[in-house]
Amino acid sequence: MGTALLRLQGVVAGYGRGDVLHGVDLTVEEGAVTCLIGPNGAGKSTVLKTVSGLLRPKRGRITLLGRDIGGLSPQAVLSHGVVHVPQERSLFPSMSVWDNVLMGGFVLRDRAVVRRRIEHIADRFPIVANRRHERAGSLSGGEQKIVEIARALMLDPVLVLMDEPSTGLDPRARQLVFHTITEINEGGRTVLLVEQNARSGLAIAHHGAVMESGRVRLEGTGSSLLADPEVARLFLGAAPANRG
Amino acid sequence: MSSDAEDRTRSQAEVTQEATPGSTRQEGRPIQGSAWKRLTWPARRVLRTAGDRYDRMAKPARLGVSAGMVVLAAAVPVLLPYVTADSGYWTSVATKIGIAALLALGLNVVVGFAGLLDLGYVAFFAVGAYTFALLSGAGRYAIAISRSQPNAFKLLPTWHMYFWLLLFVALLVALIAGVVLGTPTLRLRGDYLAIVTLGFGEIVRITATNLNSLTDGSQGVNQIPHPAINVGSVHYNFGLNNEAYYWLLLAVIVIWIFLLRRVNDSRIGRAWAAIREDELAAASMGIPTIQMKLLAFAMGAAVASLGGVIYASQIGFISPDSFQLFSSDFGSVIILAMVVLGGMGGIAGPIVGAALIIFLPERFRFVGDARFLIFGGVLVLVMVLRPQGILPSRRRAAELEGGEVRETSVFEARQAGS
Repeated sequence: MGTALLRLQGVVAGYGRGDVLHGVDLTVEEGAVTCLIGPNGAGKSTVLKTVSGLLRPKRGRITLLGRDIGGLSPQAVLSHGVVHVPQERSLFPSMSVWDNVLMGGFVLRDRAVVRRRIEHIADRFPIVANRRHERAGSLSGGEQKIVEIARALMLDPVLVLMDEPSTGLDPRARQLVFHTITEINEGGRTVLLVEQNARSGLAIAHHGAVMESGRVRLEGTGSSLLADPEVARLFLGAAPANRG
Repeated sequence: MSSDAEDRTRSQAEVTQEATPGSTRQEGRPIQGSAWKRLTWPARRVLRTAGDRYDRMAKPARLGVSAGMVVLAAAVPVLLPYVTADSGYWTSVATKIGIAALLALGLNVVVGFAGLLDLGYVAFFAVGAYTFALLSGAGRYAIAISRSQPNAFKLLPTWHMYFWLLLFVALLVALIAGVVLGTPTLRLRGDYLAIVTLGFGEIVRITATNLNSLTDGSQGVNQIPHPAINVGSVHYNFGLNNEAYYWLLLAVIVIWIFLLRRVNDSRIGRAWAAIREDELAAASMGIPTIQMKLLAFAMGAAVASLGGVIYASQIGFISPDSFQLFSSDFGSVIILAMVVLGGMGGIAGPIVGAALIIFLPERFRFVGDARFLIFGGVLVLVMVLRPQGILPSRRRAAELEGGEVRETSVFEARQAGS
């Protein structure tokens, strides 16, 4: 730990004419879970989209292990080992669970590799094995999220970008999703997590960053941000009672 | 549990599923739903089991079934005289069905496979027909050349010899037209795409109407040569023999189906399925969505163009009126109706749709113009009772019905086999 895997320097990006990100500086350390929190509209999701190539940065540098990946196509970013699990449900609803996971390996040309990876994923995620024939659309929201994460692992990524994975899930499913994130991180993958649910997000994060109006305002370890009264007041809601 | 043990249980589960081809689910389940569903249950079950059977057949057996169907289709002109007194007329209808089936199979790639609503498909049919008509030496353009250079035709004495060459030229022209029209268009989605393609269909037709110097405008191009075969001692002119065109179309359709199956079972087919369901998710899987959509568009265009060449060479005359949006034969809307009625996303569906949509109005010709009323009524009825079409691909049916059909993984079967 300690080396920077992903580094954003002065990234400016947005949709159409308006900018959402006004110069984002952020470092994601290798092997860590980094959690990005902040109010709605702060640009958290936009950061992920810019990194994964779905949105082209207008200015600034994005480097992965020192190599520039800013402005590459989504395919090219994928081939650098960066996968994006979007916020909205993104499984192909009428395809089977198994086909969905296979689709995660679309850019892989070698069938033997695909076969090996999916077997491995089926071992690690029982839902992929047990419900392989079911339509992905018939799974519950939490189950779908787990399959999405499983699908993202098809490319054996070095960095997983996860956009609000707990949205719309009940507490148990949410817990399972966070548990899964911790697990894949312990397996050696770096995770950049965007979470509206700041408490749960920071609780599993090694490092946290607070965004506001398109900039990173505060950074620190997950636990230090959780303890920070300013963060608590601004974003966590329900300020700790009677401080000071 | 160790991963080995898990593997074993899983493969056992697969084996049991293989052994009972979808039957436990069908027979065991109480029939629910509307009276219509209960009434048509046997018919739908037969269709579905037939499809299941076909899917599970060994490759040689499947080839055998396909070959049998091709032979049956090829025998139609031979058998017609035994069925009807007016076999000449019905052979011409069969040829029309052939062109319609080819167009429907082409449009199906765009609409059924890639999920792009294309309302200007007839444009490429026109591109093919006009490319062939003009290059073959029919029309004013060619006449002008022959006047200024009387020897031009002596250099190329039998234009119809070049039918086969021009077939490929027209195919290439349509491919290029498909890419040119598709590149700016395919960034749009859904309704917007439909409107723009609608516009392109009209642009091509209006261009043909107004480009007098080349196309002779609304007068059209006539005396388009028929195809001919001149190989060694074999000399055969297709002339007005509808059977010959029918068999030519059948050959083109068979080749096309072969290509289509190969493409649809490949990475490209998977990419199309993904784009159809969720374009954004497909892009984030690393699927080059624009290129894949363009490929579908260009493939569809190329096939339409082949249809156009054969149509022009058979009829011998084309005019912009042949390529209207609502033209009763091969208008964009009619071709789309064939695909939707027959069932999107498969092979058999569009063929059945094409056959019905050409056959029904011909069959009911004796009731005069009321036949279009009947025809429209039948269309509405089928769409109400069977919105997924008569013979949909099972993947598409699953998308529409929300899972009544258990889907066997196409990709997985392939992967296991490889």
